[in-house]
Parts: sequence; structure tokens; C-alpha cells
Amino acid sequence: MMNPVDGTGFSRESTAEVVTKLRCRNIWKIYGQRPDKALATALGGSEPPLTLKRRLEETGHFLALADVSFDVQQGEIFVVMGLSGSGKSTLVRCLSRLVEPTSGEVWLGGENLLAASERRMVEVRRKVMGMVFQNFGLLPHLDVLDNVAFPLRMQGMPPADRTAKARDMIELVGLRGRENSMPLELSGGQQQRVGIARSLAVDPELWFLDEPFSALDPLIRRQMQDEFLRLQQLLQKTIVFITHDIQEAFRLADRIAIMREGRIIQIGRPADILLTPVDAYVASFTEEVSLAKVVTAGSVMAKLPGNWDASRGHEVDAATPIEMLLPRSLAGTQTFVITREGEGPVGLLTSEIIAKVLANDTAQRVVR
Amino acid sequence: MSILAALPVRVDNPAPYFRRQTVWFGILIFVSFCLAQRTAWPWLLTYPKAWILPAAPAVNGIFDWLVPLLTPPCAVISSMLGAALDACGFALRWMPWPATLAFFAVLGWRAQSWRLALFTAVALGYIVLAGYWQQGMNTLSMVTLAVPLAVTLGFLLGVGAHTSRHVRSVTLVALDLLQTVPAFAFLIPLLLLFGFGPIAGLVACVAYAIPPMVHCTMLGLARVPVSLLEVGGMAGCTRWQRFWHVVLPTARQQILTGVNQTTMASFSMVIMAAIIGGFNDVGWEVLDAMRKADFGHSLLSGLVIAVLAMVVDRITRGFAQPRHGSARQTRHDAVRVAAFLAVPVVGGALLHVAPASMARIDTLQGVVDPNALNTFVLDLVRAFSAPLDSLKVFVLYHFMLPLRIGLAAAVTPFTWGFAWTPQVSAFYAATTLVLAAWLTVNGRWGAGIVVLLGAALLLFGFNGFPWPAFIAVTAGLAWSVGGGRLAVPVTIGTSFVVTAGLYEPLGQSLYLCVLAVLICTFSGGLIGIAAAKSDRFSALLRPCCDTLQTMPQFIFLIPALMFFQVGELTGLIAIALYAIVPPIRYVEYGIKSVPADLVETSRQIGCTAWQRLIHVEFPVAKPEIVLGVNQTIMAALSMLPVAALVGTKDLGQQVYIGLSKADAGLGLVAGLSIAIVAMISDRIMRATVSRAGNSLD
Repeated sequence: MMNPVDGTGFSRESTAEVVTKLRCRNIWKIYGQRPDKALATALGGSEPPLTLKRRLEETGHFLALADVSFDVQQGEIFVVMGLSGSGKSTLVRCLSRLVEPTSGEVWLGGENLLAASERRMVEVRRKVMGMVFQNFGLLPHLDVLDNVAFPLRMQGMPPADRTAKARDMIELVGLRGRENSMPLELSGGQQQRVGIARSLAVDPELWFLDEPFSALDPLIRRQMQDEFLRLQQLLQKTIVFITHDIQEAFRLADRIAIMREGRIIQIGRPADILLTPVDAYVASFTEEVSLAKVVTAGSVMAKLPGNWDASRGHEVDAATPIEMLLPRSLAGTQTFVITREGEGPVGLLTSEIIAKVLANDTAQRVVR
Repeated sequence: MSILAALPVRVDNPAPYFRRQTVWFGILIFVSFCLAQRTAWPWLLTYPKAWILPAAPAVNGIFDWLVPLLTPPCAVISSMLGAALDACGFALRWMPWPATLAFFAVLGWRAQSWRLALFTAVALGYIVLAGYWQQGMNTLSMVTLAVPLAVTLGFLLGVGAHTSRHVRSVTLVALDLLQTVPAFAFLIPLLLLFGFGPIAGLVACVAYAIPPMVHCTMLGLARVPVSLLEVGGMAGCTRWQRFWHVVLPTARQQILTGVNQTTMASFSMVIMAAIIGGFNDVGWEVLDAMRKADFGHSLLSGLVIAVLAMVVDRITRGFAQPRHGSARQTRHDAVRVAAFLAVPVVGGALLHVAPASMARIDTLQGVVDPNALNTFVLDLVRAFSAPLDSLKVFVLYHFMLPLRIGLAAAVTPFTWGFAWTPQVSAFYAATTLVLAAWLTVNGRWGAGIVVLLGAALLLFGFNGFPWPAFIAVTAGLAWSVGGGRLAVPVTIGTSFVVTAGLYEPLGQSLYLCVLAVLICTFSGGLIGIAAAKSDRFSALLRPCCDTLQTMPQFIFLIPALMFFQVGELTGLIAIALYAIVPPIRYVEYGIKSVPADLVETSRQIGCTAWQRLIHVEFPVAKPEIVLGVNQTIMAALSMLPVAALVGTKDLGQQVYIGLSKADAGLGLVAGLSIAIVAMISDRIMRATVSRAGNSLD
């Protein structure tokens, strides 16, 4: 089993320098009358997760998060995925301490946020964090402009400055002209654009999105995902993105953490999770996702032989999903040369490997 | 009464089936034993004077000690409130009536529309024409003073209760008491502290008007979605910023609803406070006219109360409506409204410069002649006196007497046309037993027991029902629906009423209430069903219900008194008029909220409309219907002391006697008894609902 903290070792498909932005260690959250005592019980024994959960429930405690640890890298989209009740929303709230964790550490740079004072947390939330909520969370008594400017107003920014900043954000999310609409006059997609603009108004380093598109229609959801990717291309935030939608997770993620019953059971790049699921649960989760769409050429390529003659084969970028290579492969291309921007050829991909990936995909489905 | 609904009902698991059967069998034997011994042991019927616990003297003792202590601070409060009241009254009376009328019309226009402005103008115009302008303004000045006080105190209490668990638990108990103890009862201690006069009335007003504000504030704050609190947190709000910028604006709607309800409550209380006020206001006019049996005047002044209540209600409710507009627009609006409102004020001041025009305007006051109305009403009553009398006699003999003194005493050749002979008795007993046995055999032993007990009650009446049997039956009922946790307080409560020596008035109260509730549930239920089935009827009905609910309780006495003179029937009718709205509302709501797919399913299966009503809609709507009945009981109980004004002999009358003698002990104990009855029936009803809910799960 792989190390749950850093998955396969975070290696994006570029070799840009990796900086860890947010480090979470051993976060526990237990609801109930005496969470501390319950935590001591949990830490004392070494029983399997399910029995522990049931045992805590007997004493009237609910185990929401159990020993959650992970790192988020600078500029990364880190998706936390799980069914409802798996603890993913609690997790993101523990990061900003909207929910107070029972124990654990959240390191932002050299500072453990869980040890910070409430005053300091207000400061951190004002300056460093932005969050988008599932049900938009727009204040019904404020118009679009005032909603977006709200966090700035709380910081005490003068009206002229915050209005200007809010107008920029509204422009950014493509809502120009709706500044003076009231939230209820907007469609769901537009409301969430306001939510996004508001969360970005303070120019946060950390951007939390808690199921931001779950309340939207599928078509709008797709549009918003594209919009989100566009924004991220532009802004390069460090993102924790919560979702229960596997398609969405695989579409957006640099890395995915899969949660179940308050625990992270696997962390990895989308392709890793598809190709090497840690257990049947994760496998069953991913069966809806087509491997060919998610697996990129770079993630399954073979090593470049030492005696490689640079003139042979079709060159393909490492980030290309293998689905895109299928037509050429079927038409007879045997070998693709995988390249990375700025690095030149880095590996080889043969039709054989592509066939194996696809076979694996169908095999999974046939077994079920 | 809505506070009661907010309280958690603690219910043990209902008692097991077989144990319940045994206990009820025991209760039946006990009741029959008591009934059999009632002639041999007369103390079973009349609670012996020697056994009365000195609750009332104890209360009086406390007050004897407390009043001198509290008099100095009360005198300070009293002089402050008095000065404010004088100033307020002076300002309102000083304004020439056209100016005030225009002022309120503008308010109405801003609150809702020009239609409300027109309504306001017409309504206030009526007050001028009827000649009650001065009195109306005096009443209004009380309300203008009481409402801000009650709103502020209620809001602070609500916020406190929302933030601190300790404040909450205390507040909830206090609210429960304030809402169930009849208003008359807490006039008495205020009377002792502040003396006869408008100040005691004002304080009573504030006290009576606080609960809805507290309740709405708490509800509004509790209903702020968690997600919005989180938005506040993520925006980096401090606690205070979050409260001010996120919580309050979100709860604004509900809080404004609280302001509306508080205003109506204080309005209703102002009218009642007239009983101890003797102050030149509308309530006093109504009371005075009623005492003189001057129907013309009582009708005119009663209408003044009614229209004032409607105007005040519509305007405050209009302002509580959700507004679509940003903060900027709202601020802009406020400036405009202030400008509009200044116009009539300035105009009024200008009128004072020209006394001649003032005098001419004032000649319009009181042009409606109550004497003509009086003759008209008297003629009307005379014209219908024969049918009205026969109706009165019919209801009295066939419904009221049997319930009060029992069939055995009420059925005579004079009243029912035959005598209650042993044969009739035997036939009655046999029918009852057969019915009960049939129900038991069919597996509905509970219904069988209800039949047996009901038959016994009907045979001997509330007056002839032994008190130990009464305590046993209520305790059994509480135990069956809510287990020991409910049964113990209920038993303590009933025992308190009995040992305070109030069993007889309790019986009188129960008989009036039961009848009123039966009438209301039946007729209100029918109206509610009709409203649920016809949207047009529902639309027609809604303003009527709204109006009935905004009326101060006092008003209901007038029509009843006009047609049926002083007596229990008049009290009954007034109670029923006041308490009929809840069943209408709840039945309509319950039936309308039956899920559409259930209705569709039943139609698909081939139910007739009638079958659907009986087998689908009633069972599904049962929780709402029971809650409606519960509200009816609460309303009926709270009306008892008011009905006492027309000569009933119940607990309300005891409160009224306590009030007129300034006997705090008697008044408070009787008031508390009404509150106890209200709480007991409320808890039992709600336990029934929650049990029904559980069995559905």
C-alpha cells in the first residue's frame, strides 16, 4: 500500500519546483459530549476503523474525521472526494477552523493554525483564505457588488477601494452589468459566480471550494468547471476542492484524496487511482470513469531507451489523454514519443501499453 | 401560544400495551367506585373547606411583604412612565386630526400601497365621525409607548436566550407562564404595585407584549442558515461583525414579524387594561357602554378598537414584508419617507395658527349618532327575540346543562319532554356498555374506555364528577401518552388546583371550554375542509380569519352580549368566536399539505372525495389537526377571564373577583390554575402528536 500522505510522491507532469503550501497532520474530529475522552479511547486502541466508529457511537460520539493527514502543494488543485457523510466537508472546515478539530495540526508555512488564537484566525481568514460554499451563501440583503465587497468591508477597507476591487472580481467572473442585482434575481450559476468572486476578492493564497457546483444543473456545472479551470490557469491558487462527483474530481484534479467514514483511504494522481486502486471500494468508485479519458500519456509511458534515435516516432505531449491517441494507434502508429515542454522527449508509449490500459478498463467492468 | 410549540416535549416511551390496559381497568373501577359513593361521601364532590391548602393566603403574605419593598422603585418607574405617557398623549391630541390622519395614510402608503393608505384614511375617518378621536389617541399613545419598550426588552431577551443556554431555560419557562396565565391575573400584582390607573395598564401591556418579540427574535436568530454563519467566518468577521452584518440582516424578517405581533399584543392588552385603568381611552368606553347595556355606544367604540387594530396591524405588517432592494435604496427611501411624513406634521402645526379653521374641522367629530344605532340594534334584537330566545333555551337545555349538571339532572319533562326514569337510566347504561364492549371486541379497547368515561361524565356532568376520579383520569391520560415523565407533573398540577379549593370553578371552566372547543372544532373544521377544497372560498376566508385574529379579546363580547344578554351562553359564544380561527387554519393547512402523490394515488385507486377525506387526508393531516385543536383549547382558556365579564362562574370569574377586590392571592392562584389547565392540555395534546409521528416512522 502506498504512503497515504504524499500518494505516489507528488510529481506533476511538469518538473516545476514543488513547494508544500499546506500540511495537515493527524486531524481528528469527534462530535459528542466528551470528545477528548473519546479521542483518548480511539488513540489507545488499535482496532479497525469500522469497529472504532461503532464503539464511539455507543457512547454517543460521532467520529467525523479520523487521523487525516495530507499535503497540498503550491498551485495545486487538490480534490477531496467521498460520498455524503464521509467527512469531506468537515475536513475543509477544520482547515479554516470554522469547525474546531478535536486534535491535529494544520501547518501553513511555519505556523500551526490549530494553535493560533481566534484573533489570529480572523486575520488568516481575512487575508489568506477564500471559500466557496455549496449553497452559494450569498447574503440575501446585499446586492451583488456588496456581497463581493463584503469580506473587504469586514477588513475595514475604505468604500471606494473595496468597490473598485469588487468590480474587478465581478468582471473576472463575467458578471459585469449585474452589480446591482439582488442574489435572488440571479440564476444558480450566476449566484455561484458571485460566490467565487467574493471568495477571490481578498486575493487569498488558499482557495477552498466546498462542493461548489453540486447544486447546479449538469450543463451549467460543466460550464462552471471550465470557468474554474480558466480562473486557475490565470490565478495559480493553492486549491482544496471538495466534491462527491467522481467525474468532476477526475476532470479537475491534480491529485485526489478519497475519503470514507472520516478517513482518507487513498491519495494520488487521477491515473494512479484508476490504475492501482487500493481496494474494491475505490475501484467501485472509479468504474464510471473511462480510463482512456483520464490516463495521460506521461503517466503510463515507458522509459526512453538509452540508444534512442530522436528522429523516430510521432511526438506527443505528456499531458495528452490516451483517448486522443487511439485513432492514430488504430491507424497503425506503433510508437509515440512523449515530450514535455522545455524537456524534449522523456519517454515512449507503445500501442501495446495503450491496449493494456484499455483492457484493464474493460476487465474491471466485466468482473462486475 | 406559539412558544409552547417551540418547547421540546419530553416523552418517555409510551407505556406497554398490557400494562396500559390494566391501569385503565383500575382507573375505571376507581371512577365507578367514586361515582357510586358520591351521595354517601359528599366530600367526593365538594372539596372540603378544611382541606384547602392556604395557597391564596400564602401569596397574599408574600405580597404584603414584597409590595412595601418594591413601592419606591415602582414609584420612580411610575413617574417616568407617567411623564412619557403624558407627553405622548399630549402630542397626539395636540395634532389636529386631519394631520394625524394624513400622517398615518402616508405611513400606510409606504408600508404597502395606496390601497392601505385609503383604508387607513377611511378607518381613521370613521373614528373621527364616531366621536372617539380623543379616546383613540389616548389608546394609541399607550401603544406608542409600550411597543418600543416591549420590542427593546424582548429583542434583548431573545438575543440573550439565543446566546446563553442558562438565559434560555429561564426565559422559556417565563414565556410559558406569561402566555398561559391570563392577562387579567397579572394585572393584579401590577395593581398592587402601581395602583389603579394607566401606568399599571402600561406595564401590563409591556409585560404581555414581550413574549412574541422574544419568541420571534429567537426563531429568527436560530433560523439563520449555518452556511451564512460560515460565510461570515470565512470573510473574517469578528463575532460582533458577524452578528451585526450577517445574523441580524438575515433574521430581520422574522424580527419584524415579532414587532408586528408585539404591537398587536400590546394593543389587545391596552383594551383590557381599561378594566383597572378607568382612563379616558377606547377600552374604557367599550367597558362603560357594555356595563350600561348601551349597545349603540358599545358597538361604535368596539368598531373603533377593531379598525384601530386593523390599521396598526396592516401598517406594521406591511413594514415587515420582505423588501427587494439594496441597502443603498433603502436608505434613500427612508429619507423620502421622512420628507413625506414631515408634510402633515408641519401642516398640523400651521392649523394651530388658525383657530377658526381648527374649530370648523372639529365639528366633524362625533357626527354619527349612537342613539339611532341603539334603537336600530334594539329593534333588531326585539324582532328576533323569539327565535333567539328559543335558540338560547335549546342550547342551554340540550348542550350546556347536561354537560354542567349531567343528563340525570338536566333531563326533565320540562326541558327534554320526558323524565329521567330508572328505565331510561338502564337503557342508557346498557347502550353504553354494549357500545364499549363492541369496541373492545373489535380491538379498540381505548375507544371503549373513552365511551365509558364519556358516558359517565355526561350522566353526572362536570359538577357531579368526583374530584379524585378527575385527578385519576387526567393522570392516566398523561401516563398513556407520555409515560411517567408527563404523568407526574400533570398529577401535581391537577392536585394543586383541587387543593387550592378551586375544583368547582375548574369544573365550570372545563365545561365551558369543552363545549366551546367542540363547537369550534366541528364548525371550524368544516369551514377548514371547505377552504382546503375551494381556493376561492379560501381566498375569501383569509381576510376574515386575519381580522378575527387581530381583534382584541374584548370585542367578541359585544355581539354575543347584544343578542343573548348576560349569562353563560353569551360567554360561550364569545369564547367560541375567539377560538374558531385555529381549527379553520390548521385543518385547511393540514389537508392542503397532504402530499400530492398521495392524493393522486387515492384517486387512481378509486376513492370518492369522501373516502379520500376520511381515509387519506384526515389520517395524514392528523398532527396538524390535533395542533389546531390544541390552539383552540389555549385560545378558549385565555378567553375565560374576559368571558367572566358577562357573568360566567368559572376560574376566570375567580380571577375577575380577585382583580376587583385587589386580592392578589385569589386572582393569582385562579390565574395559575387556568395556566395549569392550559399547560396540561397542551402537553397531553403534543405528546399525542409526537407519539402519532413516531408510530408513522
